[in-house]
Amino acid sequence: MFRAALRLSVSGARSLTRSRPQYTASVAARSYSHGKQETDEEFDARWVTYFNKPDIDAWELRKGMNTLIGYDLVPEPKILEAALRACRRLNDLASAIRILEAVKDKSGPHKEIYPYVLQELSPALSELGIPTPEELGIDKA
Amino acid sequence: MLASRALVRGLQSGFWRRVSTSSAAWAAHTHDIDVVDCSIPQYNNRLDTPLPDVPFVRNLSAEQKKLKEKEKGSWTQLTKEEKLALYRLTHELSYAEMRQGSKEWMTVLGGVFIFLGFTGLLVWWQRVYVYGDVPHTLSEESVAQQTQRMIDMRVNPVHGFSHKWDYEKKQWK
Repeated sequence: MFRAALRLSVSGARSLTRSRPQYTASVAARSYSHGKQETDEEFDARWVTYFNKPDIDAWELRKGMNTLIGYDLVPEPKILEAALRACRRLNDLASAIRILEAVKDKSGPHKEIYPYVLQELSPALSELGIPTPEELGIDKA
Repeated sequence: MLASRALVRGLQSGFWRRVSTSSAAWAAHTHDIDVVDCSIPQYNNRLDTPLPDVPFVRNLSAEQKKLKEKEKGSWTQLTKEEKLALYRLTHELSYAEMRQGSKEWMTVLGGVFIFLGFTGLLVWWQRVYVYGDVPHTLSEESVAQQTQRMIDMRVNPVHGFSHKWDYEKKQWK
């Protein structure tokens, strides 16, 4: 899971076999002093399941997306793909484009996150026919 | 005033509504009402709320309704203009437009300086035409006499005024 402000691990011993930037996965969105901490994988899985609900309704999509953007992280591409497919089920192209814009905005100064996300999502984007904000020209005011 | 692009925060006031720049056929907005109904969900442009409660354009024209029907099919069949139009139906401002800001601050600052300058003029006029003469004790001769008296009195002789006067040489140190 991506975090907004992280240390990039640049230790020589670890070779970046994949092109994606390696952010150290720290733990959950909530910090308790006690009790079980949710891992990043559990967090991701929970959200993917949320958006993969076959009969998700528009309110749930909006609520889920707005909540997810409220967290201090950039969602993993797999969560975003589930959200985009939910938009498809709801016949809502505008929301799909909006989600991409929100991801870019959420990355803030970390400019490398958005291209990575687009790269990971490109099969889904071309399959569903979702344009990127850049293609539509709305990335510039 | 400059036509500044103020952000709409939960207000559907038509005065601030930006006209859609997608192809003219799709750009029909809801007719503006003077009073916003706060008891029903409103549209808002917020960076932290990517999907607002209601779409921006709610009363769709016939063409727009057709486009919405087409949206139910495969999105690969839509042209770029249609996709953009669908986006603009649901959202007033894109993220880039929300972040854009305006040049309004220059207007505000300029106005502030203009009024400060005008106030300065008023203050000057008042000083010249309203205030009377200053007391005679501020004349050079009177100040000299006053200073001499202070020296004679040994005002602040340790660290202050008279300390700076050299009594032998009868001059300032």
